[in-house]
Amino acid sequence: MIAALSQGSRNTDSVYKKRKLTFEEANLVSSYYRQDGNNAAVTGGIGSEKLTDFSNSIDLKLSRYDQRGRKHSFTGELGIDHYTSASSDKIDPSTISSASHADTRFYPSLGWSMENEAKGSTIGAGVSFSTEFDYKSFGANINFAQKTKSRSGEFNAKLQAYFDQVSLIYPIELRNRGNGDDDDYATTPRKSFSGSLGWSQIINRKLQVMLEGELVYQQGYLGLPFHRVYFTDNSVHVENLPSNRLKIPLGVRANYFIGDRFILRTWYRHYHDDWGINSNAMQVETVVKITPFFSITPFYRFYQQTAADYFAPYKSHTGADTYFTSNYDLSKFSSHFFGAGFRIAPPEGIFKIQRLNSLEMRYGHYKRSTGLNSDIVSLNIKFH
Amino acid sequence: MKNKVPGLIIFFCAVSCIAISLVSCTTVKEYQKNKLNDAEMQLSSRKIEKTELNFQSYREGASGANGGKTGGGCGCN
Repeated sequence: MIAALSQGSRNTDSVYKKRKLTFEEANLVSSYYRQDGNNAAVTGGIGSEKLTDFSNSIDLKLSRYDQRGRKHSFTGELGIDHYTSASSDKIDPSTISSASHADTRFYPSLGWSMENEAKGSTIGAGVSFSTEFDYKSFGANINFAQKTKSRSGEFNAKLQAYFDQVSLIYPIELRNRGNGDDDDYATTPRKSFSGSLGWSQIINRKLQVMLEGELVYQQGYLGLPFHRVYFTDNSVHVENLPSNRLKIPLGVRANYFIGDRFILRTWYRHYHDDWGINSNAMQVETVVKITPFFSITPFYRFYQQTAADYFAPYKSHTGADTYFTSNYDLSKFSSHFFGAGFRIAPPEGIFKIQRLNSLEMRYGHYKRSTGLNSDIVSLNIKFH
Repeated sequence: MKNKVPGLIIFFCAVSCIAISLVSCTTVKEYQKNKLNDAEMQLSSRKIEKTELNFQSYREGASGANGGKTGGGCGCN
């Protein structure tokens, strides 16, 4: 009887604790990215693409159970990126402090989800905001997930919307002089709506797969006002792209635990849009568990795309073209991205600090067939 | 169009492989999920890939179906 009472007391205590808002985890993600190439869109498809970006974000997850036993999770994230761009300084070469020579982007977001463990269902919603000198973005999303009775499969659906404002900062030679303050730029909207469906399935004790499909519709000003395009007659124009775009990416993932030491992570995506871009991307990662708490992960990603219908290199467009761009991100190319990472997650915590759950670092080198190459190093510290 | 057909074939083959796997899938009990629950077995993209996915969505014409962003934010440079 004493044992039963003691058990009852523990249960009551445990339920009481769960109803309080409790800290689940926090993540600090920091990345440094640098790129170089010779096809900057700002200068019409020629010129330096040198760019650096230092990105930091911190996210926090709290949770509590309500009276009906449903788990509510609350997430908050704050991100700050600081970048410098050689090409953006060419918007107005006469001044080194032109609009986007260097800028800082802030992007906070909030999310909530409610999981009914008994029914295997989860609903959630979130909002996000992003601001930098010439761009503002407000986003909102709702999502739903339902596990199968056996808990081996899960269906999920997500709807997202972004409402953006692009400042119309034109190249200096194409600006209309005498329109008031130089920093008082007009803005124009860009909207993005997406719906995604996914299905994840446990195949056996070592293999799980996921299928995901998305439909993305963008509408508004989809080019950028400071992207120059030089025509065959040497005249210079601002990039002009259609005001609608429909994107359809379809992806497949499969993760397989091989023996006790290796995990094979694979991903493939086929993509199609109505601007004429078709692409294929595949990635393979092999997690090698040196010990149960230390692993290294070499990875390789291959990507190829066809050119958008509106792309042509420097001085190739003519006055007969309705839409035109010399942005090489929309050109035909293939790319290779490879590198490695490591992860440490000792049970006693990093540096014996129990709250410091794991530390992960990853480096990758990106090489595009247009000549652009970049390097990225990222760090993720997880607090638990 | 030339590249669209092989892409769809690859996607179809991948889906077919998964469909075959689904047919042969077995029920895995909670206590048998120790390998599936490993942090590095998660199917979604990982936190450390966040900036990678962002730069790929800016430097490439395609985006989506990978946990990365499909809208919002400029990617102007």
